[in-house]
Amino acid sequence: MQMVNETGWKPKIVAFCCNWCSYAGADLAGSGRLSYPADIKIIRVPCSCRVNPLFILRAFERGADGVILCGCHPGDCHYTSGNYYARRRMTMLFSMLDYLGIERGRTRVEWVSAAEGAKFSATMNDFAKTITELGENRKLGDLRCKK
Amino acid sequence: MQKIGVFVCWCGSNIAATVDVEAVAEAVKNEPGVVFSANYQYMCSAAGQKLIQDAIHEHHLTGIVVCSCSPRMHEATFRKTAESAGLNPYMVEIANIREQCSWIHKDKEEATAKAIVLAKAAISKLRNDTPLQAGTSAVTKRCLVIGGGIAGIQTALDVADAGYEVDIVEQRPTIGGRMAQLDKTFPTLDCAACILTPKMVEASQNEKINIISYAKVEKVSGFVGSFKATIRKKARFVDETKCTGCSLCTTKCPSRKGKNEFNMNLDNRGAIYIPFAQAIPNVAVIDPEQCIKLKTGKCGLCEKVCSAGAINYKQEDELIEREYGAIVVATGFKPIDPSPLNEFGYADNADVVTSLEFERLMNAAGPTKGTLLRPSDGKHPKTIVFIQCVGSRCEENTKRGKPYCSKICCMYTAKHAMLVREKYPDTDVHVFYIDVRTPGKNFDEFYRRAAEQYGVDYIKGMVGKVAKEGDKLMVQGSDLINNEQVHIAADMVVLATAIEPDPTARSIGTMLTASMDTNDFFTEAHPKLRPVESPTAGIFLSGVAQGPKDIPETVAQAGAAASKVIGLLAKDHLVTNPCVAQSNELMCNGCSQCEKVCPYGAITYVEKEVRGPGVREVRRVAQVNPAVCQGCGACTVTCPSGAMDLKGFSNKQILAEVDAICRW
Amino acid sequence: MQLMNEGTVARVVGWEKGEGECDWTPALFESVQEMDGFVYGDYAGANLSKYCVKMNKAEGKTLVVLKPCDTLSFRQLIHEHRLNRDNFYLIGAGCKGMKDESGLLLKCKTCKGKDFEIFDEIIDDEESKQPTAIMDRMEGVTALENETAQERFDFWRNELSRCIRCNACRNVCPACTCEKCVFDNPASSVASKAPVTDFEENVFHIIRAFHVAGRCTDCGECSRVCPQHIPLHLLNRKFIKDMNELYGEYQAGVGEEERTPMTTYTKTDAEPSIVRERGNA
Repeated sequence: MQMVNETGWKPKIVAFCCNWCSYAGADLAGSGRLSYPADIKIIRVPCSCRVNPLFILRAFERGADGVILCGCHPGDCHYTSGNYYARRRMTMLFSMLDYLGIERGRTRVEWVSAAEGAKFSATMNDFAKTITELGENRKLGDLRCKK
Repeated sequence: MQKIGVFVCWCGSNIAATVDVEAVAEAVKNEPGVVFSANYQYMCSAAGQKLIQDAIHEHHLTGIVVCSCSPRMHEATFRKTAESAGLNPYMVEIANIREQCSWIHKDKEEATAKAIVLAKAAISKLRNDTPLQAGTSAVTKRCLVIGGGIAGIQTALDVADAGYEVDIVEQRPTIGGRMAQLDKTFPTLDCAACILTPKMVEASQNEKINIISYAKVEKVSGFVGSFKATIRKKARFVDETKCTGCSLCTTKCPSRKGKNEFNMNLDNRGAIYIPFAQAIPNVAVIDPEQCIKLKTGKCGLCEKVCSAGAINYKQEDELIEREYGAIVVATGFKPIDPSPLNEFGYADNADVVTSLEFERLMNAAGPTKGTLLRPSDGKHPKTIVFIQCVGSRCEENTKRGKPYCSKICCMYTAKHAMLVREKYPDTDVHVFYIDVRTPGKNFDEFYRRAAEQYGVDYIKGMVGKVAKEGDKLMVQGSDLINNEQVHIAADMVVLATAIEPDPTARSIGTMLTASMDTNDFFTEAHPKLRPVESPTAGIFLSGVAQGPKDIPETVAQAGAAASKVIGLLAKDHLVTNPCVAQSNELMCNGCSQCEKVCPYGAITYVEKEVRGPGVREVRRVAQVNPAVCQGCGACTVTCPSGAMDLKGFSNKQILAEVDAICRW
Repeated sequence: MQLMNEGTVARVVGWEKGEGECDWTPALFESVQEMDGFVYGDYAGANLSKYCVKMNKAEGKTLVVLKPCDTLSFRQLIHEHRLNRDNFYLIGAGCKGMKDESGLLLKCKTCKGKDFEIFDEIIDDEESKQPTAIMDRMEGVTALENETAQERFDFWRNELSRCIRCNACRNVCPACTCEKCVFDNPASSVASKAPVTDFEENVFHIIRAFHVAGRCTDCGECSRVCPQHIPLHLLNRKFIKDMNELYGEYQAGVGEEERTPMTTYTKTDAEPSIVRERGNA
């Protein structure tokens, strides 16, 4: 399944997933055969707090249309507090992108536990839908990277 | 340039049915660095692993990418495979083309295209991998237990039982803690001393256990496996090795103004005292604030009566330095001071007491020798009102008390009520409560016995005011079930005060870099799966220091903490996870931002000469202790200069993946 | 000067006259003779805190003249261990609001107050204790927030596309004291010397604002020195406004060393989705 809009364009979506909860949640979605669009590619990180805002900006620079960060639910972080830091950092980053007039829907944070395969799949479907509706990322990207 | 081998697994038909594995192997063949690619039915099988090992030898591979199931499944397997073929185990990357691809996509073309991208991303990451070495550190086979209550005693006994040395550091002159102050225990009503004191004796007689009482831990450095602690043993002015505990001195001491802490200050003790009859060590101690000899130089009566010659007015504090492999925090609790809650009149009325004071008033070794008499006039109270949740379950930020449930109060109040009704059937007992919480074995039965068989009057509602009228305490409360105001003329009011961590907990937590919550309870490494470990490696939690709990829970947790300690001390060396943070000294500003977000206290700063192109100066730089770092990466993002990076998940590695995914 | 004569201080960081009438620049005075060129007055707008980082390891004490708002930057640098308090003698200089050729500086129009956060000695008068703020500090940010996303985008494209990457904002910023800046570090992924694309124009300023978030005292130097007159303070103030609203009032450089809003958290912090839920889309 791929998300395609009327013009045949398909989005590129990067999903950062923490190793302990969300990556395991993605595995569970897999073993439960709960599909989500192939446009979404996952990068495994030890913790949501490992995700530097730079990584997200870089993804947009290189042509991503949406970036989602998934981590353990607040209070459940494997490292006790990593997702709390991630939450503040992402709130600030997203707010700044919004302030610069970048579409709000292009970035998202979701907390997905290792037991929430269904939530992982539903979240990814919803995010892909949002990005498909937003269309191509033109406001924040190095347009040289677009083919 | 690396020589990379790519191995595409079919996982039987799990992958191969939806992903064209041959096409994947073919598509990555010409990626930069790739010198070999293959596909096979089951890469994780012996034959599959052999295929990988042969290819490593034959093509002198420097790294491998396995396109297979989730790394959570077989990353460890393939790392071992690589290692046995002479490759560094961290030069292995997994492209998850099963859970993240074949299992969730139906269209073969689309799934194959995605699998190729995932493979290329893994190859890109691998190109930035560097061989990592797991370090080792030695384990000192001795355990420090901070706190000698039932939690600390139980942990010490269990650790000692496994053959390891344990030091218990107790701040008071005796071990025993809060449990020693209790009269009876719920839900069995057996006497606390009868079950605790044998354990205290057992601990003192165990040759593996060393009790350091009247002492505090002053400094801790080091990390899991090799902590170094400085312990200050306060001067008792009594030679522990000579004192026989005959207690003659305590009866002769002319100073009687010292408050008896063991009896919750309800009566006085001598300047030289033994906290209670079964104290361990059973050795007298001189309170320098009260001792006439120490203050004025005159008196010296105790020295005269001591036939053992144990008194030593010149004794000084002693500093003990010792190394430990593990540290257990068992610092326990104290009841809060209910004085600021004006409506209960605790500060103004002697007959308004806390539950722990009530324990002492009921206890045969207490100030009233076990006869229940009220503190103001020594009369027997005929009407007693118990008030629940005093300072517990308060709304946050109101400063009226604690937001949490203290957990033990419902049960001990039921116990108190039953004991009173049993001993003095002529006494009326009323209990004001918000809810009665009885989750525990035989707990609800116990409470119902109090209410149904012992005739204890349970009133759902809170008390608004306790005021003295004549020799009565007028208790005004609400009855929410009958929807009416209740006025009770009581002789005594007992407050089920909230419990809070011992006041020393915060400084101990800071010293150990063990994280604590806003209420000063120690935080566990995982609330469900690692409940007796602190996030700081090598620090373990026992008893109420971690959160309110009753005696059976405390003992169970103490044993669990002990088993974790034993698991650690059983190792000669610890293998450290090599995927830890590392600071580039040339780029580090020494700004201390990273230290603030590290949940493990793994980062310290040193003044150090750094050398690099055009740089040679002494700077303050961050250093990561690889034995303590757990590899979360919080520091890497906080670092403004990017000096801090995470091995195994470096900026370069992650960015290579980002680029690869966005390119195709 | 007396202190220098006595040998209490080895040098002075202050201001001297530059090319134009209103153009006073930071200067280092290493002898009593050089001190003739020292000036203080209406055009001493520059914040000297950053220059102290270079003096931190110099032999002997350095005397620095700081205006009230400059002391915040100085203190923040102590918190970050970039400055050692003992190596400096701090003169708190009263400030009546600083000017340039076009009048009162923007940072003075939104003056944060006249208290000295740190000093050894204060030289001021009654007039310099009077507030100079004539507008709300967050006015510009709020106005932008109330525009539509497209308007904001157009505004920032118009502003940031003028950036010539002269690095003046970075070089003057007292929070930018990294031994090696990520933009100069080829391994950082964002290294760039010139804004080749729209993206690079945007991202330089986003990252710079992010890196100083929680540490920025809002001294306003970035906007003051920008030769292209890009209102860079609007980026930093956006972070400050957000942090104040979401995590509680915070002013960098006040009080003792503590965690900044970006190095701490509460369990009940707002979710990032709040950005989607509020204000103008």
